Amino acid sequence: MGFFDYFISALFLQAGYNSALVAIGAGLLGLSAGSAGAFIFLRKRALVSDAISHATLPGVGLAFIIMVAFGSDGRWLPGLILGSAVSSAIGLLMVEWITRKTRLTEDAAIGAVLSVFFGFGIVLLTVIQTMSSGRQAGLENFLLGSTAGMLISEATTIAVAGALAAAFVFLLRRPMTLVAFDPEYAATTGVNVRNIDLAMMGLALIVTVIGLKIVGLILIVALLIIPPVAARFWTNQVGKMIGIAAVIGGLSGYIGAVLSAAEASLPTGPIIVLVAFGFFLISALFSPLRGGLASALRHQRFQRRVHRRQGLLSLARREPIYDGLTIRILRRAGMIRADGVATARGRIAAEKAARDEARWAMARRMLSDDSAIERYDGLTPIERMMTPDQIAEIDRMIQNAQAAKGAKA
Amino acid sequence: MSNAKLVAESGKILDVAAKDAPLTVRGLTVSYGNKPAVFSVDASIPAGSMTAIIGPNGAGKSTFLKGALGVVPRLSGEVRIFGKLFEDARDRVAYVPQRASVDWDFPARVIDVVLMGLYGSVGLFRLWRARHREQAMDCLKRVGMVDFADRQIGQLSGGQQQRVFLARALAQNAEFYLLDEPFAGVDAATERAIVSVLKELKAEGRTVVCVHHDLSTVAEYFDRVLLINVRRIAEGPVKTTFTAENLQETYGGRLATTHIDELHLA
Repeated sequence: MGFFDYFISALFLQAGYNSALVAIGAGLLGLSAGSAGAFIFLRKRALVSDAISHATLPGVGLAFIIMVAFGSDGRWLPGLILGSAVSSAIGLLMVEWITRKTRLTEDAAIGAVLSVFFGFGIVLLTVIQTMSSGRQAGLENFLLGSTAGMLISEATTIAVAGALAAAFVFLLRRPMTLVAFDPEYAATTGVNVRNIDLAMMGLALIVTVIGLKIVGLILIVALLIIPPVAARFWTNQVGKMIGIAAVIGGLSGYIGAVLSAAEASLPTGPIIVLVAFGFFLISALFSPLRGGLASALRHQRFQRRVHRRQGLLSLARREPIYDGLTIRILRRAGMIRADGVATARGRIAAEKAARDEARWAMARRMLSDDSAIERYDGLTPIERMMTPDQIAEIDRMIQNAQAAKGAKA
Repeated sequence: MSNAKLVAESGKILDVAAKDAPLTVRGLTVSYGNKPAVFSVDASIPAGSMTAIIGPNGAGKSTFLKGALGVVPRLSGEVRIFGKLFEDARDRVAYVPQRASVDWDFPARVIDVVLMGLYGSVGLFRLWRARHREQAMDCLKRVGMVDFADRQIGQLSGGQQQRVFLARALAQNAEFYLLDEPFAGVDAATERAIVSVLKELKAEGRTVVCVHHDLSTVAEYFDRVLLINVRRIAEGPVKTTFTAENLQETYGGRLATTHIDELHLA
């Protein structure tokens, strides 16, 4: 069976019970990472989660040594997860403590904690390599993740923990939204900001330690942050953003695990992250809401509307038009001839634009508090934003103003 | 004699009526680092009043509010809200922070921000119902922002953002409103809209406190003032407390005598 055939069959869970379970586990891990990461991204604390993930390494090493010392298998996953959770919790609390108690900023605290813990962890791994039972431990797989030879019990543990973490995110969505948007206001409404922040980072910690086996500690931060960043392009609502981030994270984990299972030499973590990056790229370019392409098109369309309006107003005032783009747009619309003189159609459109401008000017004077005035972009015809009665009233006021001016003259 | 005066003279609350005042502060000190931003401030805000907190830039006006609400840690001092600890009177208080304190590119629509004001009453687990949305829309109507309900908050002007913050506070249906510089950098239409909402609140018997910058509108908008420059300078009704002498003491050399003359004070 070729790589592609295997990939397709694995994608639809047809490549054996074991790899199906691994893919589902990775999918649920991605789901929890994407949704928890959404709040970490909104709270602007992506780097803290990086410190958390690097701080897991000494815990992995120490847990292995302790388990071997007690005569059991050092590779028992729940034990390693527990050890990594303890050491990354210590790392997290140290970052928090340094930021709160010293004058160091959070980024300095993160840099210090991250590198010291990671360095200590690497030293421990090297020591383990020299132990008789450590040579085959494969602990270095915790750096970049691997699904090769994963036990069914391990995959189940990851899947259940991932689903639980995602449920926890759902329960805490309101206080976490409030704290991410406006912590001071949140504090006055009875939300304990510090506890919610700790819960948020606790979620990052849970996702990190259950993701150690599949994604690895170096890249888990990417699975926390890339899905919400990609999701942000698609929506302006926090609830939808979390949902989309969860879906992107879940798909990344699932597809990435399947891909790396299809070709055993591919490390799982980097593949999952690259799949997530693919989703990011698609979102950044093609989202109709905030994507680059749509933004560029919207900007171009707006620019053309501005030029057209400017050109028509110049025609109405019988002023010459110099701007090349304005001339091209009016020419293409059949408003002016090649020599710049307005066509019959152009004269009508110019008159209408001038009348619209005059009506808006009067409307601004009459209704300074009206929300239509505040929504006016300088281009929309007044008929689209006001009732015929309102416009008739505006016209009456314009006539009165003109009559008054005439009387004065 | 006003309650505030009694507090000021003795440092203790003498009047029984003041005991359940919306806000009673004694000896509030808040510091950033080793420099007090607010030092030993006493204040007592009577129910149903509209108070302006006035003072020069960096005088600790916003810090006073935040310290009173526990948003920033207090170094010393006691605060009572309706005679209770803030924790026990939270649902009677609504706070409107400075507009600049949040990231307006946050993924939220106008209606979502107003709904945040209902988090307290809806609770952690229940889902939004049509009733909540209606409540939020009513609050938007009061600040003239109904047409903007589905806009992303980043697309609003500064004045519109301020009105959304006010609508969120209205959704809390509190008895005591504390606003931090609600008129800073807003357009004239917004200022009128906010003032009329605040006057409605007062007419309903609620209490309003604003950190305020514009001395020329104090007498028009408010009935009481609290003058702060790190220390409390004076507190009381606008008529008797908003005087040239007190302003000079609050602002020192920063306020030219001609400015004070232009205010036409009593």
